[in-house]
Amino acid sequence: MAERRGNWDKAEDDLPVYLARPGTADQVPRQKYGGLFCSVEGAFESKTIDFDALSVGQRGSRTPRTAGRETGQEAQSPVSDNKISPEGNVSPRVGIRTSGGKEVLPRDRSDRLLVKGGRIVNDDQSFHGDIYMEDGIIKQIGDNLIVPGGVKTVEANGKMVIPGGIDIHTHFQMPYRGTTTVDDFAQGSKAALAGGTTMIVDHVIPDPGCSLMEAYDQWRQWADEKTCCDYSLHVDITHWNDSVKQEVDTLIKEKGVNSFQVYMAYKDYYQMSNSELYDVFTFLAERGGIAEVHAENGEIIAEEQARMLQMGITGPEGHVLSRPEELEAEAVFRAITIASQTNCPLYVTRVMSKSAADIISQARKKGNVVFGEPITASLGTDGTHYWSKNWAKAASFVTSPPLSPDPTTPDYLNTLLSSGDLSVTGSAHCTFSVAQKAIGKDDFTQIPEGLNGVEERMSLVWDKAVTSGKMDENMFVAVTSTNAAKILNLYPRKGRIAVGSDADLVIWDTDCIRTITAKTHNSAAEYNVFEGMELRGAPQVVICQGKIVLEDGNMHIIAGVGRFIPCSPFPDFAYKRIKARKQLAVLRAVPRGMYDGPVSEFSMSRGGTPSASARTSPTKQPVRNLHQSGFSLAGNPALCGEPIIFVYETS
Amino acid sequence: MSDCRRQWNREDELPVYLAGPIPTGQNLRKTYGMFSSVEGAFESKTIDFDQYAVGRRGSRTPRSGSRERVLDAGDPVGKTSSEGREGSPTDSHGETDDVRPGVVVTQSSAKESPDGESGRLLIKGGRVVNDDQSLYADVYIEDGLIKQVGENLSVPGGVKVIEANGRMVIPGGVDVNTCLMKPHLGAQPADGFLQGTRAALAGGTTMIIDHVSPEPGQSLLEAFECWQEAADKKACCDYSLHVDIPQWNETVKDELELLVQDKGINSFQVYMAYKDVYQLSDSELYEALSFLKQLGAVVLVHAENGDLVAQEQRKILRMGITGPEGHPLSRPEELEAEAVFRAITLGNRVNCPMYITKVMSKSAADTIAQARRKGSVVFGEAITASLVTDGSHYWSKNWAKAAAHVTSPPLSPDPTTPDHLNTLLACGDLQVVGSAHCAYSPSQKAIGREDFTLIPEGTNGVEERMGFVWDRAVAMGKMDENQFVAVTSTNAAKIFNLYPRKGRIAPGSDADVVIWDPDSSKTITAKLQQSTSEYNIFEGLECRGGPALVLSQGRVVYEEGELQAQQGAGQFIPRKHFPDYAYQRVKSRNQAQSKQGVTRGLYDGPVCDVVPTPKYITPSPSARTSPTSHQPQPIRNLHQSSFSLSGAQSDDYIPRRSGHRVVAPPGGRSNITSLG
Repeated sequence: MAERRGNWDKAEDDLPVYLARPGTADQVPRQKYGGLFCSVEGAFESKTIDFDALSVGQRGSRTPRTAGRETGQEAQSPVSDNKISPEGNVSPRVGIRTSGGKEVLPRDRSDRLLVKGGRIVNDDQSFHGDIYMEDGIIKQIGDNLIVPGGVKTVEANGKMVIPGGIDIHTHFQMPYRGTTTVDDFAQGSKAALAGGTTMIVDHVIPDPGCSLMEAYDQWRQWADEKTCCDYSLHVDITHWNDSVKQEVDTLIKEKGVNSFQVYMAYKDYYQMSNSELYDVFTFLAERGGIAEVHAENGEIIAEEQARMLQMGITGPEGHVLSRPEELEAEAVFRAITIASQTNCPLYVTRVMSKSAADIISQARKKGNVVFGEPITASLGTDGTHYWSKNWAKAASFVTSPPLSPDPTTPDYLNTLLSSGDLSVTGSAHCTFSVAQKAIGKDDFTQIPEGLNGVEERMSLVWDKAVTSGKMDENMFVAVTSTNAAKILNLYPRKGRIAVGSDADLVIWDTDCIRTITAKTHNSAAEYNVFEGMELRGAPQVVICQGKIVLEDGNMHIIAGVGRFIPCSPFPDFAYKRIKARKQLAVLRAVPRGMYDGPVSEFSMSRGGTPSASARTSPTKQPVRNLHQSGFSLAGNPALCGEPIIFVYETS
Repeated sequence: MSDCRRQWNREDELPVYLAGPIPTGQNLRKTYGMFSSVEGAFESKTIDFDQYAVGRRGSRTPRSGSRERVLDAGDPVGKTSSEGREGSPTDSHGETDDVRPGVVVTQSSAKESPDGESGRLLIKGGRVVNDDQSLYADVYIEDGLIKQVGENLSVPGGVKVIEANGRMVIPGGVDVNTCLMKPHLGAQPADGFLQGTRAALAGGTTMIIDHVSPEPGQSLLEAFECWQEAADKKACCDYSLHVDIPQWNETVKDELELLVQDKGINSFQVYMAYKDVYQLSDSELYEALSFLKQLGAVVLVHAENGDLVAQEQRKILRMGITGPEGHPLSRPEELEAEAVFRAITLGNRVNCPMYITKVMSKSAADTIAQARRKGSVVFGEAITASLVTDGSHYWSKNWAKAAAHVTSPPLSPDPTTPDHLNTLLACGDLQVVGSAHCAYSPSQKAIGREDFTLIPEGTNGVEERMGFVWDRAVAMGKMDENQFVAVTSTNAAKIFNLYPRKGRIAPGSDADVVIWDPDSSKTITAKLQQSTSEYNIFEGLECRGGPALVLSQGRVVYEEGELQAQQGAGQFIPRKHFPDYAYQRVKSRNQAQSKQGVTRGLYDGPVCDVVPTPKYITPSPSARTSPTSHQPQPIRNLHQSSFSLSGAQSDDYIPRRSGHRVVAPPGGRSNITSLG
C-alpha cells in the first residue's frame, strides 16, 4: 500500500492534476484500453479498494440501507437544499462553475457535483482523481468521468480532498442544572462544518434513575430539529439495573446506538462500582456494543476535593489539584483490566495525560482491544492555565479529566496519535458561558466542566501533527475520520472517499494559516481555550451530503438537514478480535476423581475468612448445607485446637 | 560499598586466619596492638548505625524500656527466665567432641564451669555477611546480644567457642509474613506458633512477624491480645505482629492509635479483596491510609480486585468448574496488577508508604518496579512459593496437591514467573521475601472439595524460605550474599523498624545469627520437615544452601539437623512508629508538596442561576460529594425558588443563552477589571 501511495505522492502535490497527469505511469495505460467508452464503474477498481465486498453494512445504493432503520428521519433529508445560493463565485484557488448544459434548471434539486483535479486522500492511500456525486452519494471516482451535463464543478486544483471529519465526542445542547450548554445542535454543528467536520456523535446523558430511552428520544428530537450535518449518538449509562439492561438492548437492536459510556468518576452520581462495570461490559460484549469509559477514580477525587476545599483552595486550580493525572491513569488501568476480563472492546474517552496514554499504549501492546481518544484541548493546550490570575480564563479550561499541567503533554499525545497508539480524535465540545462557569466562583467543584474544540479539531491535528512531520496525510484522515467511522461501524459509508460512500468531503488547504479567536469562531462561547493560537491548515471547501456548505469562508447551512445515522452492533474493527478470542477463551475444568480423603469440620458462620467470597456465589448447592448440619454434631468447631478430622464417605 | 565488599570476597575460600595477613585495612589496625579498646576496633568495618538508628539503645533493656513499657515490664524477667530454662547449651555440650567438618563447637576449659548460664558464645573464624559488606571477624555474644565483632577479641574465659571455619555468618532471617493462627471457617492452620516457629528456626529464620486477623466486627485489641498470648506461650523465636484491618470505622481508629502508641505495632494490613468480608472501598482505603500515615505506620496491602474476583468466581462456578483450577482462573494476575496499581496510586495521593504483600505475578511485580522508578514509596514482598513454584499445579489431577497450592493471590500459571521475581528481587525492585506460611492439612483443604471458593488459602514456606532464595537467586548468580542478607532480613528489619536490632550483625544487635552453609544440599519433603502440614508444595525439589547452625537469642537452637528449640522462648518485639526507611522520604515530601491556591480577585461577573436540587446535573456532579456543597449560599436558594415557578427550564435556554452573551464579554473581561 505504501508503495502505491508513493507513486501518487511523487512531487505532484502542488501541480494541478492535469499538469501532473502525463508524468504518471499508472493512469495513462488504462486509458488506452477502454478509452472514453469503458464503463466508468470499473475505472476506479484498481485505485480504490473494493470495500463493498468486505463491508458489513454493504449495499448497492443508498435507499435500501436507509430504508432499513431510520425511516422516520430520512424523509426530509434529500430534498431541502436550496441554500447553495452563490452562483458565480470566483475564488482564487477553487473554482466552482456550472457547465452550461441543458440541465441547468434542476441543478439544485438533483444535487450533482463534480470535484475535479483533487488529490484524494484516504487513510490507506492518496491518488489523483475526480469525484462525481449525486444525491449525496459519491457515484464515481476516477479520471475522465462521464458525467451528465449541467453539473456543478468544483476545481480542487491539486489540493487534498479528504473524507469529512467525524467528531466522535460532542456535548451540544447538553442540559446542565436547568440551563444548557451555549452551543446547541445548530450552533455546534455549524462550528463543526466550519472546521471541516461533517459528522458529529453526541452523548445522550440521561439522569441517574431516568429512562435511557426517553433521554435518547429527547436528544433525537433536539438534534433532528437543528443539526446541519449528519449525526449519531452515544448513550451514557448512568445507572445500572435490569430495566436499563432492557433499554440498552433495545437501543442496540432498534435504535442504531452501538456505543455506551460509563463513568468511573462522579461519585454518588454517575459513578459505577467495579462490579457494575463488569456487568455492563459483559452485557455490551454479548450485544456487540462498544464500552466507552470516562476514566477517573471518583472515590479518590471526592476525598481530594474535600481536602482541597479544607485547605482553602477554591479556585479553578483546585480542579486540577484534586484530579491529578495518576487518578486518570489508575482508572484507565482498571477499565482495561475489567474489559479484558469481560472480553469487551473498550474506548477510553478524553485521554488527557501522558500516563493515561502510556497505559493505553502498553495495553495495546499486550493485545487488549482498547481505543484511546485524545481531544482537541489535550492535543493543543495544557493545564498551566488553571493557575491564571484571570478567573474566567482559568475556569474556561475546566474539564474532566483536567488538562495536564505538564506542558509536554500535547506533544506527547500527538506522537502517540501518530504512532497509532491512540486511535481517534474527538473534541469533547461542551461550552458554557462565563456566567455559567461562574456558578462555581466560590467552589471549583461547582464549575461546569467542558471546553470548546469542535471547530479547531481538524486544523489543530494538522498543525500539531502533520506539519510537524509526525504524521502523514493518510494517518491524518485515519485519526480525524476513518477510525471513528470504523469504531462506530459506519465505515465505509463515512470516513472514506469511495464509490457508494456519503458525499461528505473536505477540500483541505494545507497552507492556510488562521489565528483562533473567540471573535471569529462559530461557537457561541465567549472564550476560546485556543485563543491566539496560529494554526496552519484549514478546510477550503466543505461538502456535506453532496452540498457545498463552506466555501471561501462563506457558510451555507440549513438547520435540520442533519440525519441520524444509525450504527449497527459488532463493528468489525473492534469485534473481529473479540470474537476470535471468545472461542479461544473457553475454560475447562480438570476431570479428576472425587476427593475421598478426610474432610475437616468447619463452620459456615460469619467467621468466613479468605474464601468467604463464597457467600456471594450463587451456586451454593443445598447439598453442602446438609453436610454441614450433619457434621456439626461431630464436635464444637469453636474449639480451635486440633482440627477435628473424620472420614467423608463418597456415596 | 561494593568496593570494600569485593576486597573481602576475594578470599572467599580461605579460612580467616590464612586470609588475615593479606588485607591491608586490618593489618594496619592490628599494629595498634592488643591493648586497644575492642569497642572501637570494628568502627571502620561496621557502619556506626547507632547514630542513625531509631530504636537504638546501648543494651537491650534501655530500648525496650522507652515506650513499650506496658509490654516490656515482663521483658527482662522473661529474658532471665528463658535463660534459666536454657537447656540447649547443655545438650549441645555433649556434642562438643563430635568432629564435624563444618562447624565445631568447643568449650574452652576455664573457671566458669556452668557453661550455658551466662550465654557467652564466640563464633570464631566466620565471614560476617551484612547487607552492605562482608568481612572476616569473630562474633562474641553475651546475654542474647552481640557484644563484639572483630578480630582478636578479648573475651572472658570459659566461653563456648563455635568454629565457623570461614563459613558465612549472617543475621538470622526475618520472615515478615506468616499466618500461624489465621482461622478459616473455625479451623486453625495446622502449624500454630509452636510448629511454625520451629520450622522457621530450622530454616534459618529467627524472627517472624505474624498477621493478627480479626474477624469483621471483632475488636482489634482483643484479637491482638489473643494472638500475643498464644504466641508468648508457644513461639520458639522472637516474633512481632501485624494487625489486619477488617473494616473501617471510628472505633477501629481509636484501637489503631492504641496499638501504635502502647502496643508496639507499626504495620497494618488492609484488603482490596474478599468482597463483603474484608474488602475496603477506595474511599475507605484513602481514609485508612491518611490515618495510618499520621500514626507513622506502614500499610500492608493485600492487592487483588475483590469486586472482579467475586464476579469471576461466580462465572467460573456457573461454568461448572469447581476444582482448585477455578481458583487461579477466577483470580487472573491482571486483577492483582490492577489492584497493585490502584494501591500505589492511593499511596501516592496520600503520601503514605505502601507495602504490597505477596507479589505473585510478573505484572504485579513490574507495576511495583515502575512505580518505584517514578519515585513512589512502595515495597514489594515476594513469597517463597512465588519465587520457587508456579501455578501449573492447580491443574494437577491430584486434588489434594492442587488444593495445597491454593493461596491468594494465586501462583501464576506462567512458568517463567519465579525466575522473573528472583531477578527483580536481586536488582532491588522487590525488597523483601516473606513466606506467607499458612499451612492447612489436606483434610482442612477438603472443606472446599466441591467449591474452590471454600478451600482455605495458604501454602507453606517458612522453613524453605532462606534456602530457596539462596538456591534460586544466589546460587544462580543473580544475587550476591549481601543482597541475600538484605532481602531475607535487613530490608524487612528496616521497613518495620527493627533495624539494627535485627537484620544486622553488629555490637548491640540481638544475637540472632545463622552460620550459613552454601554447599549443603537437601531435597524438600514433607517427611523431613518441621512443619506439621502433611503436604509440602515444594515436595521433591532440591535446594542448595541451608543453615548449618542457628542462634536465636544467643542460644544454639539448630545445629546440623538437630533442632533444640524451646517452646515459649520467643519474645514479642515491639516496633516503633515512623520507620526511617519508609518515612524519611514521606516527611520531606510532605513539606515539599504543600499546595497553595492562586490569589486572584473575586469574580464579579454575571453568575448563572442553577437549580440546586440537581435535576440536571452533568459532568460535574462530584460537587455533591464535596463538603462545601452543604453550605450553598442562601442567596442562591432564593433565586432557585423564584425560578422554579417561572416555568419549564427546557424551554428557556435560548433567550437565556443570548442573555449571557451580552453580560459576559469574551474572555471574562469583567474579571480583569476587578483585578485592577
